[in-house]
Amino acid sequence: MSNIPADLKYTKSHEWVRTLANGNVEVGITDHAQAALGDLVFVDVPEAGKSLGAGDSFAVVESVKAASDVYAPIAGTVVEGNSGLGSQPELINSEPYGAGWIMRLKPGGAPSGLLSAAEYQALLDAEG
Amino acid sequence: MVDFGGWDMPVNYGSQIEEHHAVRRDAGIFDVSHMCVIDARGPRVREFFSKLIANDVAKLTQSGKALYSCMLNEAGGVIDDLIVYFLTESWFRVVVNAGTRDKDLAWMRGIAPQFGVELTERTDLAMLAVQGPNARAKVAELLPAEHRDAALALDVFFGRELGPWFVARTGYTGEDGFEIMLPTGEAARVWRALNEHGVKSAGLGARDTLRLEAAMNLYGNDMDEGQNPLESGLSWTVSFENPARDFIGRKALESLKAAGLQKKFVALLLEDRGVLRGHQKVIVAGQPDGEITSGTFSPTMEKSIALARVPRSTGAAVQVDVRGKLLNARVVKAPFVRHGKILVS
Repeated sequence: MSNIPADLKYTKSHEWVRTLANGNVEVGITDHAQAALGDLVFVDVPEAGKSLGAGDSFAVVESVKAASDVYAPIAGTVVEGNSGLGSQPELINSEPYGAGWIMRLKPGGAPSGLLSAAEYQALLDAEG
Repeated sequence: MVDFGGWDMPVNYGSQIEEHHAVRRDAGIFDVSHMCVIDARGPRVREFFSKLIANDVAKLTQSGKALYSCMLNEAGGVIDDLIVYFLTESWFRVVVNAGTRDKDLAWMRGIAPQFGVELTERTDLAMLAVQGPNARAKVAELLPAEHRDAALALDVFFGRELGPWFVARTGYTGEDGFEIMLPTGEAARVWRALNEHGVKSAGLGARDTLRLEAAMNLYGNDMDEGQNPLESGLSWTVSFENPARDFIGRKALESLKAAGLQKKFVALLLEDRGVLRGHQKVIVAGQPDGEITSGTFSPTMEKSIALARVPRSTGAAVQVDVRGKLLNARVVKAPFVRHGKILVS
């Protein structure tokens, strides 16, 4: 079973979104996504200041098996990419919702279309 | 699980990287029962292989000796790569790939009658590859006492029958080990027994990273019917020595050599951060004239490595188009890793 924390929001493309105290959001990939990718070996994180539209690819995560794009759940401006992933991409495997976060974003507007934990669980159940 | 030539096979059992390290450092086991084992029998079986394959079975003088080779079409394209074992003057055994089984058998059956050779696919045999520095010792622990010494005495690239098993000191990882053909009904028991002896289950994913570190070609990625062995890093498997040996594809290869080969096959080490993958373009002298045939992240080196087909004139430094970014890579001498040691600095 995948771990799906109840306090986060999710996307259909398997990103999670955490709203921080200052109104910025933190984004990563879900436990389900990291398990499907397998051992991560390289992450290309975005640079601060980059402007993103909702649905834009903002990072590439590569496992031994394959490369995958990670998509911005919300439009906004990148505040910080997780530089720790440069030397330790496996943090995404071990702590997908913690030290494995990929970027922090200053939202450009109100988020829309995000899934609750229960909705994301239903999506995974439907994907089988 | 993935479909692999019609077989359901696991990419990994747990962490692919841990499976990889287990083989480099200790011992791992792969289920390679998808590989197609064919027995070829008849008094002219040596002549048959002399015609069929690009390497020369005249090199096989001792019973049990194995030879790696390509089977070519008339145009010199690679139908498949294979290992052939010389057992007796009327019995050779050949192991071909799963994805090419049907066309290989059809091709071989088209030629066998000229030599009175009978081909029998051994679907009754499973195949387990036990690989790693401690693999042979761990297999020996499971063998009946009367076969133990014989198994451990096998030289590199030799195989022999030991009771109902055929044990060969071959592999596809760059480590020492055995490939064991055994009755299918015994395979699950032997697998579990090896697990209990500390041999780690390993999947197709680790098999691919291990073979790439060892710079061993994969059929369908690194060569196929549209490529010849001379531009696929397989010149060492083609024997032109005996001028009288008219193997299939020989004339085409000789014409290609006379006209001058256009490409060469190289090993690449990525100097920038990222991961090389198959089909990425290799930029040489500003032109995207090369292509990666296999690429991955090397768990042993913690760098990305690849095999590539590039213009003959390619020097030591190239660039690779990785998802729209040009990354720097260096041509290095293969293999990257052998017997647990990194050979490329």
